[in-house]
Amino acid sequence: MARIELRNLGHQYAPGGDYALQPMQHVWEDGGAYALLGPSGCGKTTLLNIISGLVAPSEGQVMFDETDVTHTRTEDRNIGQVFQFPVIYDTMSVFDNLAFPLRNRRMDEAYVSQRVQHIATMLGLEGALNRRAKNLTADAKQKISLGRGLVREDVSAVLFDEPLTVIDPHLKWQLRRKLREIHEQLALTLVYVTHDQTEALTFADKVAVMLAGQVLQLGTPQELFERPAHTFVGYFIGSPGMNFMECTVDGSQAIVDGEHITVDPAMAEAARQHGGSLQLGIRPGLIRAAGEGESGHRVQVHSVEDLGDYQLVTGYLGNHRVHVRLDESEKIGSDGLQVVFPTENALLYADDRLVG
Amino acid sequence: MSLVLEGVSRTVGGEVHLEDINLTFERGEFNVLMGLTRAGKTTLMRVMAGLEPPSKGRVLEDNVDVTATPVQKRSLGMVYQQFINYPAMSCYDNIASPLRLAKLSKAEIDRRVRAEAERLGIDHLLDRMPLEMSGGQQQRCAMARALVRDAKLILLDEPLVNLDYKLREGLRAELRELFKDRDTVIVYATTEPEEALVLGGKTAVLHEGRLVQHGLTAETYRNPATVTVSQVFSDPPMNLIEADVRDGRMVVGGLLDEPLPAHMSDLAPGSYTLGVRPHHLFANSVGAHGIDLAGTVEVAEIAGSVTYIHLEVGGHDWVVLERGVHMVHPGERFNVHFDPARLYAFDHEERLVASPATERG
Repeated sequence: MARIELRNLGHQYAPGGDYALQPMQHVWEDGGAYALLGPSGCGKTTLLNIISGLVAPSEGQVMFDETDVTHTRTEDRNIGQVFQFPVIYDTMSVFDNLAFPLRNRRMDEAYVSQRVQHIATMLGLEGALNRRAKNLTADAKQKISLGRGLVREDVSAVLFDEPLTVIDPHLKWQLRRKLREIHEQLALTLVYVTHDQTEALTFADKVAVMLAGQVLQLGTPQELFERPAHTFVGYFIGSPGMNFMECTVDGSQAIVDGEHITVDPAMAEAARQHGGSLQLGIRPGLIRAAGEGESGHRVQVHSVEDLGDYQLVTGYLGNHRVHVRLDESEKIGSDGLQVVFPTENALLYADDRLVG
Repeated sequence: MSLVLEGVSRTVGGEVHLEDINLTFERGEFNVLMGLTRAGKTTLMRVMAGLEPPSKGRVLEDNVDVTATPVQKRSLGMVYQQFINYPAMSCYDNIASPLRLAKLSKAEIDRRVRAEAERLGIDHLLDRMPLEMSGGQQQRCAMARALVRDAKLILLDEPLVNLDYKLREGLRAELRELFKDRDTVIVYATTEPEEALVLGGKTAVLHEGRLVQHGLTAETYRNPATVTVSQVFSDPPMNLIEADVRDGRMVVGGLLDEPLPAHMSDLAPGSYTLGVRPHHLFANSVGAHGIDLAGTVEVAEIAGSVTYIHLEVGGHDWVVLERGVHMVHPGERFNVHFDPARLYAFDHEERLVASPATERG
C-alpha cells in the first residue's frame, strides 16, 4: 500500500491548449478511500488515467510513497483496477478468475487458494467458486471484477472507474456496502471515480469534487454537505442543491432583496473584506418553518411537491427562487410560508468561494 | 381519448410477460407505470403502441378495437431510455420529421417546431446536430419530437434513467408542467418512486407481469394494497417484520411486546406483517409512547442531503432515513425509535389491513 502524492500535476492534451487538469497539489494518505466526483468532462477520468499510467501528465509528478511513477507503465505500477464493465474470462470458473492476478505473479498455490477463499467470502461469492463465470448475472460478474481488483495484497492502490454502472439500481446498496466493508477490513488505498454523489459519499473518507479540470474541494462527506467551499459543490451535493441568493452585507446581516438575515459576524466581516459578488447559501433542508409566534421571512409559495417522505416547496424570497424541504406533516398556509434561516446554516460566498 | 386494456396477456416462449392486465387511461391524465426492472412495463407499452401483439385480450382507443392496428397507423409519440435522434439531422429537422411525414405546410411545421422547442428549453439549439448536444439536451430533443405532432397517445419509457442525477432533478420537475395541458393520454414508466410522486397523476403498479394496484399516485404511496407494493413503490422499500397480535398487544419474539396503537386496535388475533417507513424511524427517542428496537449497522449510504442507514433488525434488513450527513460504521449497535401510530399492518395474505392516518388534510 502506498501514499499517493500529486506534485504540481497538470495536464494539457495538446501543448498550449486548455488544461484538461489544472495544476494541483495533493497528498492522499496510505490506506485512505478517496472518490473523484464531478459531471462529465470535469477531468476525473483524466486524473484516474494519470494515476493508473494510461495517460502521462504534461507537467508535474505522480509519487507512490517515495517512488516517482510518472512515466512508469501501468503494468509496472503495481495497482489493482476495476472498470465500468466486468472484465472476466467467461470460460473460466469464478475461482480461476479470482486466482488469475495471483497466478500471473507465480504466487504459491496454497496462498492463492487461501486468498481467493478470503476475497470470495467477503464478496459473497463463496458458493459460486466452481461455477463458470459465463452464465452469472451482471452484478455477480461485476463482483468477480471487484474481487480480481482486490485479490492482491501487494498492490500500491486499487483504482475504480464507475464500477456500479451495470448494477441494477435495487442491488446497488448491497455492493456499496461490500465496498465499504472492504475498505474497513483491508487497509487499501482506494481511488474511486464516479458522477454519482451517493456512491462517492458512501464509499470514501474524502471526496474530491471536480469541475473544469479543478478540484474545488477535497473534504469529508460532512464537510461537503455542511460547508461547501464553492457554490458548485453546494449545488452538486444534495438533492436539490443548495440555495444561493445574491446579497449585500451590513454588520452581521446579509440582505437579500430587503430581507435581513443574520449570519456569523466573522463570516460577514470576511465577506465585506473580500468584496466582489456576494451570495448567501443555505441548504433546502436546513431552512425551517417558523414556529407559532416566531418571526420569520416570508417565502411566496410557487409550488409544493408531495414526495411522500417530505414536501419540497419552490418559492420566492423577494425575487430569489428558493427550495425549502419540509416534513410531510408541516402545514403550508395559503398566504405563503414563514421560514427561519438558522445562523449556523447560512453561509456567505464571495465570487463563488466560501468566505471565512 | 381513452385507452382501455382489456384482459391483456402476453406470453413469449412459455414465459409470462403480462398476465390479464385491465386498465383504463383517460385523456388529459398523467399515468405512471411503476415497477422494478422486468416487471412488464416496457412490454405493456409496446402492446399499447402496437409494436407487439397481446397473446390474449384487446386494446381499445375510444371504444374502437385497435389491437391489430399496426404502429404506423396509430397516433403515437414515444420516448425511450436511450436518446434516440436521427444523428445526421439537426435538432430542428429531428423535431420536424413527424410533421413532414404528416405533410403539414412549411409554415405550420416551423411554428410548431419552434413552439415545442421553446417549451422544452432547447429553442437556442435548433441548429445543432445531436452529437453536439449534451445527453440532457438530446433527450429534450427526442421528447420534443414525440410531443410535437399532438399524438393521441404519448408513451415515455424511463426517459430520465440515463441522465445523471442533477439533470434528472431539473427535468422531472419540468415534465409535470410540460404535460399539464395536453389533450392526450400520457403514460410514463419508471422504477423510481420519487419520480412517480413528483409527476403525480395516477399510478399503476406492476409486478411480475401483473397489475397489483392502480390509483391516485400519492394515495397509492400512502396506502400500499399489498406487501409487494410497499416494497416496489417505496425507495428504500418499507421496513417489514412479522408479529403476532393477541390480547390487544403486538409481539415480535424477543424484540417487541407492546399494546396495539389505536389504528390497529380492530385487528383480529393472528399473525401479521408490520411495516414502517425509513423516514419514520429515528436515531433519537420519539417520546414516552415510542417503541425502541435494537439493530446493528450494515452500511450508511450518504445521498448528499440525507443518509440511509442500513441495519440488521431481528434478522431483517431495515433502513433508517436521517436528514443530513451521518457517519456510522458497519457492525456498530444502532437503536431505532418510532411512533407506533406510523405502523402499517398486512394480513397473512399480505394485504393491507391498517395504515397510519395521514397527518395532512
